[in-house]
Amino acid sequence: MIALKNLTYTLASFSIKNISLHIPENEYFVLLGPTGAGKTLILELIAGFHIPHKGQILLNNSDVTHLPPEKRNIGFVYQDYSLFPHMTVKDNIAFGLEMHKTPQMEIERKVKDTMNLIGISHLKERHPLTLSGGEQQRVSLARALATNPKILLLDEPLGALDPRTQRFLREELKRIHETQNVTTIHVTHDQTEALILADRIGVIMNGEIVQVGSSHELFNRPINERIAEFVGVENVLKGTIKSNKDGLALIDVDNREVCALTNIKDGKVDVFIRPENIVLSKKSLRSSARNVFKNRIVRITNLGPILNVELDSGLEIFITKQSAEEMSLKQGVQVYASFKATATHVSRRLT
Amino acid sequence: MIRLNVKESLKEVRWSYLSIIFAIIGSVIVIFIIATIFNMLFSQLILNPQGLLEAMKDPAASKSILLTLYASFLATLIAVVLGTPLAYVLARHVFPGKSLLESLIDVPVIIPHTVAGIALYALLMRKGAVGTAFANLGIVFEDSLLGIVAAMLFVSIPFYINAAREGFQSVNPHLEHVARTLGANQWKTFYRISLPLTGRHLFSGALMAWARGISEFGAVIMIAFYPMIAPVFIYYRFTTQGLEGSQPIAVLLILVCFTIFITLRTILKRWETHYDSS
Repeated sequence: MIALKNLTYTLASFSIKNISLHIPENEYFVLLGPTGAGKTLILELIAGFHIPHKGQILLNNSDVTHLPPEKRNIGFVYQDYSLFPHMTVKDNIAFGLEMHKTPQMEIERKVKDTMNLIGISHLKERHPLTLSGGEQQRVSLARALATNPKILLLDEPLGALDPRTQRFLREELKRIHETQNVTTIHVTHDQTEALILADRIGVIMNGEIVQVGSSHELFNRPINERIAEFVGVENVLKGTIKSNKDGLALIDVDNREVCALTNIKDGKVDVFIRPENIVLSKKSLRSSARNVFKNRIVRITNLGPILNVELDSGLEIFITKQSAEEMSLKQGVQVYASFKATATHVSRRLT
Repeated sequence: MIRLNVKESLKEVRWSYLSIIFAIIGSVIVIFIIATIFNMLFSQLILNPQGLLEAMKDPAASKSILLTLYASFLATLIAVVLGTPLAYVLARHVFPGKSLLESLIDVPVIIPHTVAGIALYALLMRKGAVGTAFANLGIVFEDSLLGIVAAMLFVSIPFYINAAREGFQSVNPHLEHVARTLGANQWKTFYRISLPLTGRHLFSGALMAWARGISEFGAVIMIAFYPMIAPVFIYYRFTTQGLEGSQPIAVLLILVCFTIFITLRTILKRWETHYDSS
């Protein structure tokens, strides 16, 4: 459990104001915000690298506001991996256990288990600078988890990686969180990352938390335009994989078939489609889009210059006022929504 | 890793006219250094090896050289013990008067060393501001090893502190942060993370400080003519016996220093490649 109460702190040009948050045990909480919003500062305050000017930090119901970092039992992963370059992978992971005066036998067992969990046993004797970015970040994660922390803080953990490694590690983080039972705060500026990993998301802007909620609430009910603009909107379709041929999957979503690219072979999944990738039309378009849904408009919400259109298939789309008028969209009108298989992102649903 | 790649790719760069002309101009300064050293070594080792052998057998000469190495070693040791913490503070913190402090540390490089020697003498002599207190305890700086060490320390400290500060600056503070979250307190973090990662900077800084101490003449002679360190002894010989009497000892000192520094440099190189390569 992590609770922040009216946390206020300024460091050089960064400042955070009156942050209050409650993150229940085992939650995967994503702190989402643009660069310079103060996300890292919040993590560093929780870890104890700085003492807040005002406010209180509680970890598992005890006040740690003035406790040094080494007494807080926290795992910390930085974007730049921050592995100790003068130690092997094994020694990096063993470091925390050593500091906690764990007996040697226990250290060896624990290091082995952790390396197995993260899948890096083959890197054991290597030096960090000889590893790829993805490998370094996995070692960093293993090092953070080896001491069984109650709280895991991830500062843009995927930020320095190439897209393929990002996707891989994203799934790894999800898997590890499922097995490890550790309350996690993950800081990122990447909406997709937040969407896929988070139980709940907090949006932070200019040092203030402006909205906290589930990914659905945030992406589809942003409380103001600034958030809408920053997070964008994302459609989530809940489905089950029917078949998968060479990475092209057919997914059953409420008895409609959605065609999507994924390596997941079966089971329940979430299909994400960004609204800008959906085309609305009055007639069925002949296009390369593999997915064409016939819908009725359930509701249209006015959000200033743009409109939110909800369809009976569960999709939500944002279009400009002008194009809505040109197509004379109204509640109850029938429209076609089409999107390409390549415009989707599929993730395994865990609950 | 990256540094090696840059080095490798530099091998591929073609020589332009500009670079060739610059290299020719630059060679003048290289020739100047080589000519000075080589001329002395050549005239001694080849034309008069007998004189060198005599110098080696001369107990006064070898005593002065050993004293020089030893005194400078002590000065370096003090610089390491007192300078390392200061370098760390300078690398990790910003505070009012910091740039003033940094300039202050560089002062020994700027002022003429005879001036530094006079200042030290005024401070540490038996009747000096600080010397009096020490004299009461029986500790005397004038014409003693302590005086030599004090003078060497004064002139060599900027070399060590600057190298050490750069070393600590090169350690990513994130590494220290992570170590703390893993249960290491501040002392352990310094000892297990910051210090080993700065090791080669500290070593190279200490080497520079030691070399600087060995080569010091002006500051030392003001406070301690006796016991004679090698530069003083060489000067003394030069004024009493001319080139013939002083050059063999000078060559001997150069040979001893070269051997030591080349050995230590090699160790340092090994150390560097340990992290950066592969």
